[in-house]
Amino acid sequence: MPIDILMPALSPTMEEGTLSKWLKNEGDSVAAGDVIAEIETDKATMEVEAVDEGKIGKIVVPAGTENVKVNAVIAVLLEEGESASDIGSTKKAEPAPEPAATAPKEEAKSEAPASVPAAPKAPVENTAAADPAIPAGTEMVPTTVREALRDAMAEEMRANEDVFLMGEEVAEYQGAYKISQGLLQEFGPRRVVDTPITEHGFTGIGVGASMAGLRPIVEFMTFNFAMQAIDQIINSAAKTLYMSGGQMGAPIVFRGANGAAARVGAQHSQCYAAWYSHIPGLKVVMPYTAADAKGLLKAAIRDPNPVIFLENEILYGHSFDVPKMDDFVLPIGKARIHKQGKDVTIVSFGIGMSYAVKAVEELSGMGIDVELIDLRTIRPMDLPTVIESVKKTGRLVTVEEGYPQSSVGTEIATRVQQQAFDYLDAPIITIAGKDVPMPYAANLEKLALPNVAEIVDAVKAVTYTA
Amino acid sequence: MAPRKSTTAASRKKPAEKSGLSGGITEFDKATELEAYREMLLIRRFEEKAGQLYGMGFIGGFCHLYIGQEAVVVGMQMALKDGDQVITGYRDHGHMLAKGMEARGVMAELTGRQGGYSRGKGGSMHMFSKEKDFYGGHGIVGAQVSLGTGLAFANKYRGNDSVSVAYFGDGAANQGQVYESFNMAALWKLPVIYIVENNRYAMGTSTARSSAQSNFSLRGNSFGIPGHQVDGMDVRAVHAAAVEAVAYCRSGKGPIILEMLTYRYRGHSMSDPAKYRSKDEVQKMRSEHDPIEQVKARMLELKHATEDDLKAIDKKVRDIVADSADFAQNNPEPDASELYTDILL
Repeated sequence: MPIDILMPALSPTMEEGTLSKWLKNEGDSVAAGDVIAEIETDKATMEVEAVDEGKIGKIVVPAGTENVKVNAVIAVLLEEGESASDIGSTKKAEPAPEPAATAPKEEAKSEAPASVPAAPKAPVENTAAADPAIPAGTEMVPTTVREALRDAMAEEMRANEDVFLMGEEVAEYQGAYKISQGLLQEFGPRRVVDTPITEHGFTGIGVGASMAGLRPIVEFMTFNFAMQAIDQIINSAAKTLYMSGGQMGAPIVFRGANGAAARVGAQHSQCYAAWYSHIPGLKVVMPYTAADAKGLLKAAIRDPNPVIFLENEILYGHSFDVPKMDDFVLPIGKARIHKQGKDVTIVSFGIGMSYAVKAVEELSGMGIDVELIDLRTIRPMDLPTVIESVKKTGRLVTVEEGYPQSSVGTEIATRVQQQAFDYLDAPIITIAGKDVPMPYAANLEKLALPNVAEIVDAVKAVTYTA
Repeated sequence: MAPRKSTTAASRKKPAEKSGLSGGITEFDKATELEAYREMLLIRRFEEKAGQLYGMGFIGGFCHLYIGQEAVVVGMQMALKDGDQVITGYRDHGHMLAKGMEARGVMAELTGRQGGYSRGKGGSMHMFSKEKDFYGGHGIVGAQVSLGTGLAFANKYRGNDSVSVAYFGDGAANQGQVYESFNMAALWKLPVIYIVENNRYAMGTSTARSSAQSNFSLRGNSFGIPGHQVDGMDVRAVHAAAVEAVAYCRSGKGPIILEMLTYRYRGHSMSDPAKYRSKDEVQKMRSEHDPIEQVKARMLELKHATEDDLKAIDKKVRDIVADSADFAQNNPEPDASELYTDILL
């Protein structure tokens, strides 16, 4: 039976094209792979090759015809023993073209957007369990964030042979910020791996190792340098589970100092909370206290997903009580109410909390009772805790060090006005770092960062306090 | 004969001394010839069908065909064992078929259907099989080199004797992370075989216009990684180099580079008219160096097979491909609920 030769789609966006030239005439024999025609697509002039062998029985669309629709019959091919008189009984070139009419390409052309089925509703965003109860009488040990992070890694490395730490200066040097102090001595060079200064490469190696089932902790000396590696974090680590239909993912932790340190200038002072929180497939954790740092890092290492764990150099030396428990693990995705209050809600995270805590004290002296929420995890975000608080207080101020545009605070503000609009008694104020690269001069640096007075003023504004 | 004989001859000597690679060709016995023929033909016919389905609108987006390069993956795969991992870029259909993945699952992924290896969510460039140790299918040029080095890191960490094979093109060979990976692989003696599939064009840019050193087998020199140029159009040459490279790597000596001199007959992707090279160049390759025709001619000459035997193989291969195409067109699209699955575990 003769075979229809169809107008091919030759680019991702092509819907029609110009049949510019026939290179074969009626009656010519063709073999599979022979160029039979030239077609102008929306991108280029392309050659059309014959798929089957036979003789050109009829040219249906003459050279020079414009706007030939994809899948239109452009010629008919005769197989051995057939003649032009067989045309008319054509079998459609296998496979039959009809189903193509329902191909996505065609649907995209539909002028009735109403016919596009609604996307399924996104699953509820946060189902994290509450913090584990700390048994009464548990000893609380003052611990620095630095020690808490080290303890978390050491405990998880003892528990799981697949966990290892890699990064610059993590082993012999004992950590550029001394986070990995003692780990080389306990676990040896196989599991505490000094890398060359080569973020893109070692991040890819870490992700590859995690795809093979290991549990790498990749330390970035600071997250500023992770920009060299951000392709591997986003395109490889975050997306592989989805792209593989759930077959393989990347159980990996990327951790290190994030945000401004002190007087290190523009290239070393930047908060990545908002950046990574944009990406489906990642979890983003940013603790403030030592207890949260420990409990959440342990959770991150056990998590089967890629987790961005944002630390802060200034907080490393801060001391907080950490419960002395055999296995203190906190749920990722759960905010912590740092202080209960009734007049106004402040939401912050990471080092932003240190400004907020001071502001809360000051405001308390003025008789304003603040509810302070430490978000702890940026993605998945514990919005229900925030909403619940706003329903109680009717007022919201967010505090972070990152840049103001598309910040974590603007995300919270958007969602709160969508979900608790009727409860708001004042516009939401989002406090962030200033919209400038971090300056070096001490006075300018101070001006670029959020400060306690700003928070106090914001709270006074939303509570209409003179 | 290698596509670029002069550089082949000039470059093979030095690195070969280091790893002891002979650079020769081992004749195939009858069974091996037949296997190579069948495997290469399957890839060729599969890709032709994929091109056809693309033209009909069943396959969308980008689609990069492997036609012309079949000897590379087939010769390599014949030297690997279970547990060895393979990772590559976006021109990946041939690698998956060679790794033993089902034609149906690959084709159904190309058409974006639920029966595809990634349930329709990956597409041509993003496909994986945990079961077959195939780690993708990566759309970012060069990313698979670091990832493949990471697979080798895991093998070494676990102390197993698996090797990882990371394929990349002459284009990817100019990415920075490739050299970052070379450095660490050599430093830590990781069991990774780097295969540079030099098909002469990074999209439309020839190696001469993109590469200060277009002999890619030398690219590991400053890290002490041995490298060899191989006639990537001759499956026997590929296989011989593969056997030696795998043995080198498996014995704990660290990484090795094989530059496969090969050629793609089609454009970079379906929408590339390939105007940057002459028709004569393509035609010469096809008529003088075609990897499948070489095996066919040898088998007929040595009477390993008759024309009828080969026709029977061709028929079987066409049946597999036709079946995969039917499946890929009739299999349903993924359920709408799949939109939100497999984002986090």
